[in-house]
Amino acid sequence: MVEEVGTTTEGDLIINVGPQHPATHGVLHLVITLNGETIKKVEPHLGFIHRSIEKMCESLTYRQFIYVTSRMDYLSAHINNHGCALCVEKGLQVEIPARAQVIRVLMDELTRLASHELWWGAMAMDLGAFTPFFHAFRERETINDIMEETCGARLTMNYMVPGGVMQDIHPNFQRRVKEFIELYKRKIGEYDEMVTGNIIFQNRMKGVGYLSKEDAISYGCTGPTGRGSGLSCDIRKLYPYEVYDKLEFDEITETGGDSFARYMVRIREMQQSVRIIEQLIDNIPEGDFQAKTKAVLKLPKGEFYSRVETARGEFGVYIVSEGGTTPYRIKFRSPGFSNLSVLDHIARGGKIGDLIAMMGTLDLVIPDIDR
Amino acid sequence: MLNEDLKAKITELFPGSTIDEGNDPAAAGWVNVNVEANNWLPVATQLRSDLSLQFDYLFCLTCIDWKTHLTMVYHLSSTKFRHNIVVKAKLDRTIPEIETVCHIWRTANFHEREVYEMFGVNFLNHPDLRLLILPDGWEGKNPMRKDFEDPVNMIRL
Repeated sequence: MVEEVGTTTEGDLIINVGPQHPATHGVLHLVITLNGETIKKVEPHLGFIHRSIEKMCESLTYRQFIYVTSRMDYLSAHINNHGCALCVEKGLQVEIPARAQVIRVLMDELTRLASHELWWGAMAMDLGAFTPFFHAFRERETINDIMEETCGARLTMNYMVPGGVMQDIHPNFQRRVKEFIELYKRKIGEYDEMVTGNIIFQNRMKGVGYLSKEDAISYGCTGPTGRGSGLSCDIRKLYPYEVYDKLEFDEITETGGDSFARYMVRIREMQQSVRIIEQLIDNIPEGDFQAKTKAVLKLPKGEFYSRVETARGEFGVYIVSEGGTTPYRIKFRSPGFSNLSVLDHIARGGKIGDLIAMMGTLDLVIPDIDR
Repeated sequence: MLNEDLKAKITELFPGSTIDEGNDPAAAGWVNVNVEANNWLPVATQLRSDLSLQFDYLFCLTCIDWKTHLTMVYHLSSTKFRHNIVVKAKLDRTIPEIETVCHIWRTANFHEREVYEMFGVNFLNHPDLRLLILPDGWEGKNPMRKDFEDPVNMIRL
């Protein structure tokens, strides 16, 4: 990277944040042009955790490549796997059993809860409140334990495979999820008491990092970032997959467009995830957890695209197949990549101290951006 | 707008384009339109501004290396009408050039920079066409092309 630290001819100060900086939550490098403490320009430099997953997938079979995708958005590992499995299933035209569909949705929503938990704790920590981090991690730990019991892993689960899920749920799964939901419903009020209602917190969030609906569409912002600007973009509602069309839940949108609106979307989304889990946990149908598929998968010649809603927004998988056992070309449309591109737009004219809050509400996961 | 109406509308607006029929029945069932690369900018402008189309959301932009040529693939959606379309443009592999669309859909800025470094496509009139993911001073071939060989760290499986 070019070392651009210094002063420009107009007297603006250029500083670096990252690639190793606690506030960027990963290896993201920002070159910021400042006039006093007002931001004139933010320029992201990426690639510090670029592993060229798309290129790697070209030499992996359709069963193998799903394992790599857990390493992209590691906080939504299940949902990444889900998107890939859906895309392969589209090509194979297999119908997956009802039991697997429900298990998949349950896992997705637990992942979303865990991801929003981590975001909430880290977000508060960015603003200087350390305690919420421990509260958030206490609950997230329980979800990770539940995941570990069923999937064998805590972060990179690799649980969803073409045709269903890897193995059946653990006998304790339903009991533990129900216990967790009971506990969680008591805790979720604490979050608002501790952070949301705090006057210092509100002052630092409200009116900061404004993003209009038109800009959100133009920049391709999805997920809570887009919905915070009043853009209806929840793939679970617009293009339902699995059993989402049979469930009762609301698509959360806020019209504020500022950091606080994006914050509120995620807080309210956690309650919707709880609602979905409650509807499904006692109604897991009996039957197979995996459809019968061939040992070696071959997709017909053609192009396949699937879209799922991760905790950060729309995740797309685009597979171009030549009829072989490996994809000819695969493209992951990661939500973080588009959400990051808006950072320069929303930060301009703001204060350097607010930049961390803006980045926090975009919920950036760097491996998801770099791929 | 339904796919049938979309097809009719596209054929009416862009007589030079061709529509792929049933190329991928199992895919999302989107209309695939092929356009000439030098005709892409007026087509893109029309797709964005036409009142009955209003494709305002570019949700995926990528490139495919077919060894003989490159294909640019644009996935477009309308947040108003909720219809989707896929536009493809064939590029010459030795001198790949196409007009940028980042003033129409601003998300294209980053996506085009990624395609520029990974596939070597030159986006004409792009405001800031620099390396994004690859380190500064990167020389040699474009990593996502099919004939790319890294002498140091090539992953073969």
